[in-house]
Amino acid sequence: MRGFLTLFFKEVLRFWKVSLQTVLAPLISTLLYLLVFSHVMADHAEVYPGVSYAAFLVPGLAMMSMLQNAFANSSSSLVQSKVTGNLVFVLLTPLSHWEFYWAYVLAAVVRGVLVGSVVVLTAWFFFPIPGKAPLWIMVFALLATIMSGSLGVLAGIWAEKFDQMAAWQNFIVLPLTFLSGAFYSIHSLPSFWNALSRFNPFFYVIDGFRYGFLGGSDVSPWESLLIVGSACLALSWTTLALLRSGWRLRT
Amino acid sequence: MTAAIEIHGADKHFGTVHALRSVDLTVEAGDFFGLLGPNGAGKTTLINLLAGLSVPDAGTLKVMGFDVARDYQQARRNLGVVPQELVFDPFFTVREALEIQSGYFGLARNDDWIDDILHNLQLADKAHANMRTLSGGMKRRVLIAQALVHRPPVIVLDEPTAGVDVELRQSLWKFIQRLNREGHTILLTTHYLEEAESLCRRVAILKQGQIVALDTTQHLLQSRALGSLEDVFVAIMRDGGIKARA
Repeated sequence: MRGFLTLFFKEVLRFWKVSLQTVLAPLISTLLYLLVFSHVMADHAEVYPGVSYAAFLVPGLAMMSMLQNAFANSSSSLVQSKVTGNLVFVLLTPLSHWEFYWAYVLAAVVRGVLVGSVVVLTAWFFFPIPGKAPLWIMVFALLATIMSGSLGVLAGIWAEKFDQMAAWQNFIVLPLTFLSGAFYSIHSLPSFWNALSRFNPFFYVIDGFRYGFLGGSDVSPWESLLIVGSACLALSWTTLALLRSGWRLRT
Repeated sequence: MTAAIEIHGADKHFGTVHALRSVDLTVEAGDFFGLLGPNGAGKTTLINLLAGLSVPDAGTLKVMGFDVARDYQQARRNLGVVPQELVFDPFFTVREALEIQSGYFGLARNDDWIDDILHNLQLADKAHANMRTLSGGMKRRVLIAQALVHRPPVIVLDEPTAGVDVELRQSLWKFIQRLNREGHTILLTTHYLEEAESLCRRVAILKQGQIVALDTTQHLLQSRALGSLEDVFVAIMRDGGIKARA
């Protein structure tokens, strides 16, 4: 247990030591999105009745930054350790693949939730939003960051160079987060794009997370929970199996 | 008595390169053992298999009786490896790096031993320096400290003195000899053959993935009637191997 806790704390300490880059920078960029979009879209029709566009946007943007930062934490730590070679310090230890996996994923959860909390709290000063179902907020925050942190571990195992990691970030994570209903309701999309969005697990975490704040969503939070939970299980199982095999880590 | 290291039929390919060819090797507990060979002979590959950093195509490897695949946790608790590459984590200080490494092995209060290692490796005044700021020689010392932090009975040093100044080399060997006297088994790879000659009781020489000589240092010197281990090494590389005595 101590080995796992050490790796977990080390991973938390690693991002905390550069918190300007890992916490403050995402906060600033998310707030800029919020200020610009809420201003531009202020005169447009309400997405949900009685809910301002800014109130609609805050949970979506907060979740988007949580997803991106949880992914960035585990993936960048792993790929950096692989490229510089210091992953050897972890590989030489008796840590099991379970301990390895959960230490990286839970550190990603900490960073994701921290960034999301700071975004929501800061945004609340400008655009007070309700928190109608706090339990749903917590459940989706946790599942989303576990899912994204797992995806980051998976990408970190696979990638052997920084440009390979950038490809994951730019061609997978960024499109999935931007095309997930963070800025719009999928009901406003043409039927093809609406149907396509339903294959994006990031849509369900954003929708379920938004339900926790606003009490309204595009699909039922239970449906989102089922899909996000299944995605978490599938990703965890795949990543654990790869870690156990030593693929791309132990030659 | 359980051997410190037991290797049977270890075989490893990297693509078309046959890096290790059915290597058998036993290192007794308490020995100071030299694993020698030219670049690319398979020394680091063998160490990586032992440490679990690589997976063998065939064969079994044990550390203090624990199979490195089946009982990997016990095997790794018994093994400390100083990697050849000068790697470090730029986020942490020397002391933090050692505390973290201790924690990975489940050790909570290890400050006295960490202080002892820092003192013996002349790192005490750098304990709170960030790893990034250290010179190459200093980073090498931290690598050694990290391998020793969980007091492993078997210590593998893969070219530990590469790029290290004479003064540190001497203090390092004093410290390693002390650990050997206290019962730690040492497996050393080095290109400084005079070091191997003066330190190692037994020596194996690898060539193209095979052990071509395995004997006590004394017998190797006598069998060839040559003046130094370096002469023996050169002769073996030129003429081929000699039969192992042990």
